[in-house]
Amino acid sequence: MSEHIVSPKVYIVIFLALMVGTTATVWAAYQNFGQFNIVIALAIATFKATLVVLYFMHARYSPKRTQLVIVCSVFWLAIMLAMTLTDYDTRTPRDSRLAPPAISHLFRA
Amino acid sequence: MSTTPPLPGHQMPHEDYLNATYGIRSWLLTTDHKRIALLYLGSVTVFFFIGGLLATMIRIHLLTPTGYLVTPETYNKLFTMHGVAMIFFFLIPSIPAVLGNFLIPLMIGAKDLAFPKINLLSWYIYLVGGSFVLYSFATGGLDTGWTFYTPLSSIYSNSAVTPAVIGIFINGFSSILTGLNFIVTIHTMRAPGMTWFRLPLFVWAHYATSLVMILGTPVIAITLLLAGLERMFHLGFFNPALGGDPILFQHLFWFYSHPAVYIMILPAMGVISEIIPTFARKPIFGYSFIAGSSIAIAVIGFLVWAHHMFVTGESVYAALTFSFLSYLVAIPSAVKVFNWTSTLYKGSISWDTPMIYAFGFIGLFLIGGLTGLFLACLGLDIHIHDTYFVVAHFHYIMVGGAVMGYVGGLHFWWPKITGRLYPEALARIAAVTLFVGFNLTFFPQFILGYLGMPRRYHTYPPEFQVLNVLSTAGASILALGYLLPMLYLTWSMRYGKVAGQNPWPATGLEWKTDSPPPTENFDVTPEVTWEPYDFQNRPDLGLTAGAPSLAPAHGDD
Repeated sequence: MSEHIVSPKVYIVIFLALMVGTTATVWAAYQNFGQFNIVIALAIATFKATLVVLYFMHARYSPKRTQLVIVCSVFWLAIMLAMTLTDYDTRTPRDSRLAPPAISHLFRA
Repeated sequence: MSTTPPLPGHQMPHEDYLNATYGIRSWLLTTDHKRIALLYLGSVTVFFFIGGLLATMIRIHLLTPTGYLVTPETYNKLFTMHGVAMIFFFLIPSIPAVLGNFLIPLMIGAKDLAFPKINLLSWYIYLVGGSFVLYSFATGGLDTGWTFYTPLSSIYSNSAVTPAVIGIFINGFSSILTGLNFIVTIHTMRAPGMTWFRLPLFVWAHYATSLVMILGTPVIAITLLLAGLERMFHLGFFNPALGGDPILFQHLFWFYSHPAVYIMILPAMGVISEIIPTFARKPIFGYSFIAGSSIAIAVIGFLVWAHHMFVTGESVYAALTFSFLSYLVAIPSAVKVFNWTSTLYKGSISWDTPMIYAFGFIGLFLIGGLTGLFLACLGLDIHIHDTYFVVAHFHYIMVGGAVMGYVGGLHFWWPKITGRLYPEALARIAAVTLFVGFNLTFFPQFILGYLGMPRRYHTYPPEFQVLNVLSTAGASILALGYLLPMLYLTWSMRYGKVAGQNPWPATGLEWKTDSPPPTENFDVTPEVTWEPYDFQNRPDLGLTAGAPSLAPAHGDD
């Protein structure tokens, strides 16, 4: 299997894009977007990670099977996050299971 | 020199992987998968001894309601260190790293694993991780429970948590590398004619196990690292006082640690799938369903983790989801049990030692699996959560299942590994001793738990004493059941009868080479022209006069 040769120009462009991303992260950290703070930070981080995987780790030039493995592992991460969120997104501050059962009236004379 | 004359017609091979080279160096720098398997065999046995010793102390302490042997603090350390040693350093590497390492290349007709040097590296990583954990045991011990729940582990515990979590973090890489090696080997190095559906079911089981190792282990590594960072640098991940969430630790921990149970049990199921057809002289019933159920267990096993957290305050809806998904795992598990049983139907069964272990496995796994359904039930779990019922349940799976499979597999392939047979009568006695000792140890714990005895307590009300004494008595029988094989297997390495290529006989490719195999496994790369577990069309197995008669294949009867 022959290795794909990536020109230095591509690496430089990607590196500059990552630097811009880092600057954007730092800038965003000092702004208040309310509940979108975490969303924006994660979006920038995901974009940067995607660039690293595609170009620096050569996923873009890899065989289809390698790409499938990468997609599957992201899917596995999604399983972990989504199913953890089934707990966090549906949790009530005072879970009814934790409250004592309402039977005290039975003991009133 | 052997004092026992070799069986007529069987001679030890002139040169094999054991005597091809000599000296400590030739072992410590070996890249031969068979030698690395033996290195693992030695090291996991050391951890099994350490874990066993700690278990013995636990059982002695629990002989009396007040417990005289150790202080409550030491008792906490005993069960924690028992769990850590047994789970991370014995059960998880046992079958894959010992039997899997030895057998997968032999079973698929390859000369070695795909990455022999990485294979050796994984053993060294295991040793480094193990050393950190032993350092933790020796310098203050560990008292968090093997689950390392935060914030106890990350803030409050006064024991040596940091080296332990670093050790387990390091050891994770060993597991990942082994899984990676197996997957690449199975994909790329099968002999001509060894199609996916001709693979031994042992190989299918290890493929599924490897998937779990690769997808799950990074999560536990990072999770324990985060707990370590919280402990060392007070970064807030899991401690509410620092803005963290303790339940998050449990989600991340069990995302790996529940599938880890399948890392332990799937390879054992693979072993049983090899033993049963061999000693029933019959093709396995439902090959593709058993193969598929291994993959199904590996996948569904990732979707059930929060059933460990029903009483931690997780949401009712999440609990419902995870309870339902937990019941689903029962389906592929039952597929296996039914198929093994169907294989036995009208089989020509012989009661050789590995078969006794296989029977033991089926019974004990059945009890362990069915009591798992009790625990997956939302209502019942509230009653039996954190009681000895849970302890009994997972020991039925891990010891009754995984360890029975491991010891059974060790007996089954011992003639291949060493070239010699063990004393059969003694081995049968040991297998029965192990089965009896196991049940006497752990069945009373089901009752204790149901009656309300909590796990991890160093003391208990006097009315529980009879059941605890029974359990301790069982543990001493169980210990005998483990010591006997260690003694006679070691003895047989030198004095056992010469086994020959295929003493049972079995149908796998590993039995078509010498015992012990040469370093390159096969003199010429074999070509596979037969279907798996096919006894009928294999005249080379030599099932002639005197041997048990062949059972009819499915569809013939």
